[in-house]
Amino acid sequence: MAAQTVATNDTTAVDNDNAVDLGPASALSCRECGERFPLGPIFACEICFGPLEVAYDLPTGDPEALRKQIEAGPDNLWRYAPLLPVPADVATKPNLNPGWTKLVKADNLARELGVTGGLFIKDDSGNPTHSFKDRVVAQAIEAARAFGFTTLSCSSTGNLAGAVGAAAARAGFRSCVFIPHDLEQGKVVMAAVYGGELVGIEGTYDDVNRFCSELIGDPLGEGWGFVNVNLRPYYGEGSKTLAYEICEQLGWQIPDQLVIPIASGSQLTKIDKGLQELIKLGLVEDKPYKIFGAQAEGCSPVSAAFKAGHDVVKPQKPDTIAKSLAIGNPADGPYVLDIARRTGGAVEDVNDEQIVDAIKLLARTEGIFAETAGGVTVGVTRKLIENGVLDPSLTTVVLNTGDGLKTLDAVAPTTGPTATIRPNLDAFREAGLA
Amino acid sequence: MSVNVRIPTILRTYTGGQAEVTAEGATLAEVIESLEKNHPGIAARVLDDQGKLRRFVNVYVNDDDVRFEDGLGTATPDGAGVSIIPAVAGG
Repeated sequence: MAAQTVATNDTTAVDNDNAVDLGPASALSCRECGERFPLGPIFACEICFGPLEVAYDLPTGDPEALRKQIEAGPDNLWRYAPLLPVPADVATKPNLNPGWTKLVKADNLARELGVTGGLFIKDDSGNPTHSFKDRVVAQAIEAARAFGFTTLSCSSTGNLAGAVGAAAARAGFRSCVFIPHDLEQGKVVMAAVYGGELVGIEGTYDDVNRFCSELIGDPLGEGWGFVNVNLRPYYGEGSKTLAYEICEQLGWQIPDQLVIPIASGSQLTKIDKGLQELIKLGLVEDKPYKIFGAQAEGCSPVSAAFKAGHDVVKPQKPDTIAKSLAIGNPADGPYVLDIARRTGGAVEDVNDEQIVDAIKLLARTEGIFAETAGGVTVGVTRKLIENGVLDPSLTTVVLNTGDGLKTLDAVAPTTGPTATIRPNLDAFREAGLA
Repeated sequence: MSVNVRIPTILRTYTGGQAEVTAEGATLAEVIESLEKNHPGIAARVLDDQGKLRRFVNVYVNDDDVRFEDGLGTATPDGAGVSIIPAVAGG
């Protein structure tokens, strides 16, 4: 069994003898200044406040052997355990075991959009709590175990709260999660049903986030593992598995173009990190790819910065139906700008009406009911093609990160029965439905 | 003007472990100057080489993010609460 450090938010008490068993993870490294820190429940650089991320001693040697090892692994994200901050025996521990979701070849949607190079939907609504958040929480749970936390918490726009509640229930942690008070009912119920504590905060997500950041520095939050605050470096790594899966499902190839939603921007940056790791390990051929970021017009700080040519992101007050993307002050925004520009991609946004249209388009063409974030990525894909920014002759993967049942409010006003009739054939004929 | 400043964990080495300290100043810039006088080294952690707020630092005066106000010029009324918080997010 792995030795454990004492759970604490005091950075000076972090274990420095590598006793924490998080597999190939070797240290935390500042993305801004490069300063390195021992593995621990810390998230910001003491020198410059920059975000910390996990640095690895990744496997070296024959890529073919590693590819075979991965392919022989479980049908969940633990097939990539050698590339993640988790112990080697992670698959034996109680966890929701998310991942290995479908990569759907979307030929009908491709016809509608004029895509000829192959269009795929990476459908992460198939995860245990129906959003990609199960991936990141699965990583955070392992870090929480390693650091000896017994309470799991988070600030959430809804999906994460459900993922934390469910994972905590399965893994035997107490959970107490914080959400804006006015979320969609589906997300509130999904977050509450697992039996942990759910607290509505009177404010926006950014207010919730600020509250949690203060709580963590206060004795009131001592000993709590906030998956997206003090466990954030580990949590974020779960999004890399989207990149791994997409490439493996395409026959170990990187797609030419990816369209990814942006809330904090973490997912997009980690997918890029995952692709770069696959190239470095020799698991895929090194080739150019373009990353496109997708936002809702009512919360588009990164898109606005991209279009204005800025490298910093001016915060906005969110007002959109895409509540899972409604982060007005996205911490990873500057990195998203760097990646979109480095890869030759772009960041674009669509309005609420376009989001709803896109949800219905995906449902009608592929039988996939996406949450509003999926409407954002499909809507942005359509807009980028219309504007000549996204090349329809290239292989394109569009992410759907959550299930439409969570955001029924968005489509309910314009979606319902075609007709309501008396239960007889004459009525059916009269309705013109035959 | 006297204000209360909440200090994040990673800066408490400069305040002798205190989570909250008092500082003087009519604007955020003056408050940071005052903090630096009493806790040398702290300003360089919060401000970059050009003297601007570092991009991964969020500062709130009472409940307002100073980036929505006047940045370092944001007024800090007597008795205000100032919070310095590392930027993190994730839905």
